[in-house]
Amino acid sequence: MFDWKWDFTWEILPRLISATGNTLIAAGAGYVIAVVLGLMLALAQRTPSRAVTFTVREFVEFIRSTPLILQIFFVFYVGPQFGIRLSPWMSGMIAIGLHYACYLSEVYRGGIESVPKGQWEAAIALNMTTVQKYRRVIIPQAIPPALAGMGNYLVGIFKDTPMLSVIGVAELIHTANAIGSENYRFLEPYTMVGIIFLAISLPAAGLIRLFEGYVRRKLGL
Amino acid sequence: MLDKTGFPLEITGEDTPMVSFRKVNKSYGALTVLDDLDLDVAAGEMVSIIGPSGSGKTTVLRMLMTLERINGGVIYVDGKPLTHMPRGGQLVSANERHLRSRRADIGMCFQHFNLFPHMTALENCMEGPVQVLGLPKAEARDRSEELLELVGMIAKKDQHPSRLSGGQQQRVAIARALAMRPKVMLFDEVTSALDPEVIGEVTNVIRQLVSEHNLTMLMVTHQMGFARDISDRVCFFYGGRIEEQGPPTQLFGNPQRERTQQFLSAVREAV
Repeated sequence: MFDWKWDFTWEILPRLISATGNTLIAAGAGYVIAVVLGLMLALAQRTPSRAVTFTVREFVEFIRSTPLILQIFFVFYVGPQFGIRLSPWMSGMIAIGLHYACYLSEVYRGGIESVPKGQWEAAIALNMTTVQKYRRVIIPQAIPPALAGMGNYLVGIFKDTPMLSVIGVAELIHTANAIGSENYRFLEPYTMVGIIFLAISLPAAGLIRLFEGYVRRKLGL
Repeated sequence: MLDKTGFPLEITGEDTPMVSFRKVNKSYGALTVLDDLDLDVAAGEMVSIIGPSGSGKTTVLRMLMTLERINGGVIYVDGKPLTHMPRGGQLVSANERHLRSRRADIGMCFQHFNLFPHMTALENCMEGPVQVLGLPKAEARDRSEELLELVGMIAKKDQHPSRLSGGQQQRVAIARALAMRPKVMLFDEVTSALDPEVIGEVTNVIRQLVSEHNLTMLMVTHQMGFARDISDRVCFFYGGRIEEQGPPTQLFGNPQRERTQQFLSAVREAV
């Protein structure tokens, strides 16, 4: 039935593992961008300036309503027309980071809105500045309820890295394609890619849950 | 000197009230919550505010803490305008910076305590002094421990609020507010969310503050006995105005207005 070749599997494994490293770097760097930028987007939507709030909200809606792959193409192929020349790696991480920042900003927003009104009032009663209020009172309480959503998007960003193959980032799918075309065999490389994704995603989800519990205990919540 | 609408830019003189509401109005849409409120509280005075729900009593405290904006009139704290600031001989609505500079005189305790759940009792008390007043940590710690001692919570200083009972949380909240060294303390129904058996531990702390400290205090409460015991003056609010006010013996013992009499007899029946 299946014509599975073990010797071929072992032969291509080192290349796939090295590509796994690239995938993890792309996902990790993209996620760092998304976590930081997402928080800034969420906070920008709470400024008193209606112009800022409106612009940011529309931007987030725009990014969330268009495909990631289009955004990747835009950064990589259209960017140079505006004088922004980036390597495939840079383009990919920026596009994916930006895309997920918009999703994460909604997760943060939910977290921030879940902080009870009394906490905001207590911060005012202590005469805190806006920055102190967010940094010391609101964000520490907004993060724990956001952690589950943040974890989902960590796994999501990891699973979306194959899209970077379209602009030539040597992540897993790109490497599996290359191996397949060189050897006219696709069964082993694609199967292995699936197994690698599964082997990383599943434990990651579990670790995120453990981390969530740890943070809640640490904050005394 | 008066502003063109007739409000003084500053209240001066020996008997300057610590808190002064002048013709203060507050409404939510068509609903008038406070109607031309005039109320002066002298330095060191303890004023209790009682009245039926919806009479605007909590709003008085919330406006003074700048949690709510007012729609008309001016509030002064220690003679200087709180809700407004002087600009070219006129009073204009206060900006955030002015509010921050004036708000430092006021501290507040809430019905639901509102302690920061991610900080221990001690950290809750140190937060304001360290972050807002810029005190060195060691000094803030000493001050906070002293206050936790005062409210009888020093043994639990390293506990998070989730591990404390309501009465204990409220006592920490009082210490937290005091740590900012306010001139005026506001107590907004601080015993309403407590189980009956722990109300005493909170009222005893407030009693102690009244007898040993020269703080100006405004308290909204449903506990008539407590208000009667410790207040210098009691204000009965009805429909957004002060229906009747006076020393507790007079207001509770010999109320003049019919609405006050009705309210007090209704409260007595409920007990």
